[in-house]
Amino acid sequence: MISAPDVVAFTREEELEDDLYREPPLPEEYSVPLFPFSGQGANPWAKVAGSKFTRDFILISEFSEQVGPQPLLTIPDDAKVSGTFDLNYFSLRIMSVDYQASFVGHPPGSAYPKLNFVEDSKVVLGDSKEGAFAYVHHLTLYDLEARGFVRPFCMAYISADEHKIMQQFQELSTEFSKASECLKTGNRKAFANELEKKLKDLDYTRTVLHNETEQQKKANDKGYYTTQAIEKANELASVEKSIIEHQDLLRQIRSYPYRKLKDSEFHPYEPECALERADVGSDQDPTVSEPGETHLYTHVPSYTPKLIKAKSAKCFDKKLKTLEELCDVYFFTQTLDQLHHIERTFRGDVCYLLTEQISRALLKQQTVTNFLFEDVSFLDEKPPEKQYRGCQGLDQGAVDEKCSEESHAPKVIISLGSYKSSVECVPIKMEQEMEDSEEPKMSESVMSEHQENLDYLDADIKGSISSGESIEVLGTEKSGSGLPKSESQASLPVMASPQAGRSKVGSRRTVSEDSIEVLSTCPSESLIPEDFKASYPSAINEEPYADDDEGGLRFTPRLNPGVDDGQDDISKQESLVQVDAACCIGKESPSFLEPLAELGQKPCEEDGVVRIPPQPYRPAEPGLRGGFPSHDGLSGGLLPYELDSRYLTGSREVSKSSLDECSDSTSYISSAASTCSDRTPSPAHLGCAAGEKHRKRAGQNALRFIRQYPFAHPAIYSLLSGRTLVVLGEDETMVKKLVTALSIFVPNCGVYAKPVKHWVTSALHLVDFQKWKLIGLQRAASPAGVNVLHALSRYSRYLSILDADSKTLRCPLYKGSVVARLADHRTQIKRGSTYYMHVQSILTQLCSKAFLFTFCHHLHLPISEREPEESVVNRRMNFLKLQLGLANEDIKIVQYLAELLKLHYIQEPGQGGNPLLRFDYVPSFLYKI
Amino acid sequence: KSFVQTIGEEQIQNPYTELLVLKGHQDIVRFLVQIDDCRFASAGDDGIIFLWNAQTGEKLYELHGHTHKITAIAPFSSSDVTEEKTDLIITASADRTVIIWDCASGRQVQKVSCFHSTVKCLTVLQRLNVWLSGGSDLCVWNRNLDLLCKTSHLTDAGISALVELPKNCVAAAVGKELIIFRLSATNNESEGWNIVEVKRLVDHQDNISSLVSVNDLTFVTGSHVGELIVWDALDWTKQASECNFWDSSVHPDVQPEIKLSQSPHETSVQHLASDKECVFAAVGKGIYVYNLQMKRVIACQRTAHDSSVLHIEKLSNRQLISCSEDGSVRIWELREKQQLPAEPVPTGFFNMWGFGRANKQANQAAKKMQENTPVYFLELVGDLIGHSSAVQMFLYFGELGLATCSADHLIILWKDGERESSLRSLTLFKKLAQNGDLQLKL
Repeated sequence: MISAPDVVAFTREEELEDDLYREPPLPEEYSVPLFPFSGQGANPWAKVAGSKFTRDFILISEFSEQVGPQPLLTIPDDAKVSGTFDLNYFSLRIMSVDYQASFVGHPPGSAYPKLNFVEDSKVVLGDSKEGAFAYVHHLTLYDLEARGFVRPFCMAYISADEHKIMQQFQELSTEFSKASECLKTGNRKAFANELEKKLKDLDYTRTVLHNETEQQKKANDKGYYTTQAIEKANELASVEKSIIEHQDLLRQIRSYPYRKLKDSEFHPYEPECALERADVGSDQDPTVSEPGETHLYTHVPSYTPKLIKAKSAKCFDKKLKTLEELCDVYFFTQTLDQLHHIERTFRGDVCYLLTEQISRALLKQQTVTNFLFEDVSFLDEKPPEKQYRGCQGLDQGAVDEKCSEESHAPKVIISLGSYKSSVECVPIKMEQEMEDSEEPKMSESVMSEHQENLDYLDADIKGSISSGESIEVLGTEKSGSGLPKSESQASLPVMASPQAGRSKVGSRRTVSEDSIEVLSTCPSESLIPEDFKASYPSAINEEPYADDDEGGLRFTPRLNPGVDDGQDDISKQESLVQVDAACCIGKESPSFLEPLAELGQKPCEEDGVVRIPPQPYRPAEPGLRGGFPSHDGLSGGLLPYELDSRYLTGSREVSKSSLDECSDSTSYISSAASTCSDRTPSPAHLGCAAGEKHRKRAGQNALRFIRQYPFAHPAIYSLLSGRTLVVLGEDETMVKKLVTALSIFVPNCGVYAKPVKHWVTSALHLVDFQKWKLIGLQRAASPAGVNVLHALSRYSRYLSILDADSKTLRCPLYKGSVVARLADHRTQIKRGSTYYMHVQSILTQLCSKAFLFTFCHHLHLPISEREPEESVVNRRMNFLKLQLGLANEDIKIVQYLAELLKLHYIQEPGQGGNPLLRFDYVPSFLYKI
Repeated sequence: KSFVQTIGEEQIQNPYTELLVLKGHQDIVRFLVQIDDCRFASAGDDGIIFLWNAQTGEKLYELHGHTHKITAIAPFSSSDVTEEKTDLIITASADRTVIIWDCASGRQVQKVSCFHSTVKCLTVLQRLNVWLSGGSDLCVWNRNLDLLCKTSHLTDAGISALVELPKNCVAAAVGKELIIFRLSATNNESEGWNIVEVKRLVDHQDNISSLVSVNDLTFVTGSHVGELIVWDALDWTKQASECNFWDSSVHPDVQPEIKLSQSPHETSVQHLASDKECVFAAVGKGIYVYNLQMKRVIACQRTAHDSSVLHIEKLSNRQLISCSEDGSVRIWELREKQQLPAEPVPTGFFNMWGFGRANKQANQAAKKMQENTPVYFLELVGDLIGHSSAVQMFLYFGELGLATCSADHLIILWKDGERESSLRSLTLFKKLAQNGDLQLKL
């Protein structure tokens, strides 16, 4: 799909103005902002601020008590990544906004230093001069030698795309919290260790001093104390005081509330946690460091105590501990792993991440059908319950509200971030929350994902109120202004602007004393009207929207205040077509841009393949139209073929070309406009690059197959209708390649691996056809080979046979239209991953048809008891033909898929069930090239 | 060059469009026996008996007890008025034991191991509530496995087939002979029985290979050389005989090379089945329909399969199923010939006869044949190809489908795909209702 912003960038000011004049004037806050620098002839894809780094990275920095803010490490650990970006300066910036309410030291009225277990603070800040926006996660580690025992650190996710940070705030927060938890766990362990040692030292010192004093006492019988003796006594006293202090510190660190760990994901630390938790109960005797207790923290029991000099004050020449030393090597590496994971996860453009999240969330909901064509392993990757954890602590009412919302807009699941507040969420100001969460219900058609994001941001704030997080909204000049949100939603079919959300946050701050900080250090930003600000920095990073009203695609910039209503539409559309985020945009996208909603009814073009040129605009409903002057501008300015598609998508190509590797060199088109903020490939499915690679290769091979073999259609039909296809050939690699290519068309029979067998050398048996729907078979000249061929001819009624050597296919006739759309040899799609997406989308449509067919009661069972079976059959066929628009053999495809759905649904869990083989008695034909 | 009729891939009348492969046996599966409406047992050379659900293909029980291959199996459902109906099966094995199993629990009820030879056939006389085992002698047992009486040693080869006749008589096939025994109650005890040899019939030229009771008045035997004899069940006299299945006098048109290639094996009557009017004989590779009233073969398919037909059964709807060593199962329909004998026979007819390649010779042969062909003919309406080795036996379950067992260790359950599909829909909506998914959740 071509994303809206791609096109928006092309709008010229004059045209837009014309349209603006023609249309009834809009309130300013709903108008689509212009690309602010278009007048200067700037390349719209160029980053305005020109970020100095090539891709997103993670920076860990410390506010060192010796040298001040300093960067410690970056992930990925590559100097090229940060480029000319001034890490030192940025460290200074991010460390200067630590709003952690950390306080360690002697609180007034307390005899001993107190450790404060402060929560991390999470802040978003931007620096437009550097072109950098960052999610900054502050945390405090303990260090006995540090001033006040604390070492402030921060981890920052730095990106050139502000929206990415804003939109992924929840996810970033969750992920970084994990990393932070890991660090802090390790740190507590190390700190306790250190305290143990220190206590031993002190104990030893006390003994030594005590002995010395005793000796002095003995040696000195003058009846008065020498200054020496007094000094010694003082020293002894201070050591004893120090011992008590340290014991108290040790008790404090051990009594750390471990509830955080209960819901955290640190499985590797589980034993550790158990031990530590056990410790919590045993702190009633803090004065003595019992060996039993000690060994839990000290892995080096054979520690020889040192004598501590009286003056062991902190010196600046002393070397501070490194992060690694502070947190125990194991935990440190765990944290690094987690951070690397974060880096991989959030790599790439935000629109990929969002589409990915959307499709993932939608797929999870489609438990009935998603096993058919989806990669189940990828669905299992993230346990879904994690996503919901964020609302656990909320008031039940609020949870209910959210659940009900989910049924309306799957999108919510994503934005219902996996944010975990370490502290119980206290439902404060519930009325408002209720109202907020009800709104999407009332006006679901205008629901905005962004709005929801903010809603849940609110929820999180609410949750964090008691946690002492300081989150502030700064720099939103209009924060106080604007209509009440519900009103604005009700009055217009468009979504309330982000400001509404923000303003809510802002106003909340005044009440609750807690706030989110959206700190922007960008000096220019305050000059830009708020409406513009939202969209300008990353016009090309927007997500495409589609409007399902007309089935056409409408381009709306993400985050644009006035035009967010596409969101719900897209989520609806997503439910029809699961879009692999990796390749929704490409130069072949025209053929991908099929008006999805119309697929069922729309007759195919004569070649059966949809080749709709980029049609950014279709006449919108009058009511909506008013809201989108920029679209009119688009439609005026962009005739379908007017756009140079190369130029249009050039940056995309470049950004993706590395992804596609050499396999796809034909599609590589260089473009000067390649200034995408993030040139790193975006993992299509988070964290499963291997799967992505496989899909890409399969897609590429499939493309080759459909171009090369004119009889691809019947072959694919065989696979889709559950007739086993045997690829016969001498050359193993060639056969395997074909099998890989065709495997993307094979429906899964269960939740297990695809029923595909890449290479078989022995004769096939009936049982094999039950198990496998696509088989690569060796053709050999040996007697065994004769048996193989004999078995093939014997079971020929169950098989379609693709002879890779003589390039023939023996299989039933196909006269339907679905496969023609699926596999057009004249397709414009060039890249494997894109073609894979295309296939996936059509297969998803098939799935939804099969779903409808399967779950329509009266199609399978008589309405009344007296109804004859024939009329049910008639109704069924009519439904397939007329309602689902299927013709000829397509019916069999849907019937087969429906059969799989039934089997899948009625299958008892844990019971394997007998795989059954369904077949038809239909004649086969021999196809030749 | 095969004269076997083929049907091709388009089989409109073949309802079996779905199959389930039941795996479990480790050797040839030779026997299938129906227990009730939806259960059946299978047994074979691995000595294991499996109980299956004919609808779902679910394996119900795996019965271990025999150490050698199973030689005979018979269902024995007792329907005492006092007890509830219990389904038992009796199995005999080459380890010279007979075991009674309870189908409900899958447990061994009793085991007898006092046999001197392998029991080769089992017959249950439901009426008398006794069962008979036939080996080298014939024993009569009651339900509790008490030996009621036995005959003297008959033959080393053993009884190959047993069939119940009216008036408490049984016919036992012993080699070439057919021996009629009568069971008579002893006067002193209620449970006492005597078994007496009544008559020996020695009309067969060769070993009797099959024995079937047609009705209360007739039974039929078939021998290895292709003799078919119809007997009166009351006075054990020969009513009719047919021994010319292969004879060119009946079918003068048969090609000489076929004649030459004939061996006793190819004319052996492997299996007999019957309805009230006809006897269906599996002879060699062919199927013959013998009308009892007309006393002649009314229809035949001389090469119905590529190799010996092992089992044959008549369905209610004029259909016939046969299975063969060639691994295929074929469905035939007995049809009346429409056209007058004088009319030239359309080629389509010959296609059905397997003379599709209408070379001149075949054509002439067919024309000649046409004069003597019976009024009926067997038309191939479908074939089931699934087994990779000889199909030993099959069991027809009506609308539940067809179970076939084979030397490839497999049992295949053939099902009507349409019916299964709608059954699954039914289950689906039941489950939906159960889960409460039918309600609209908002």
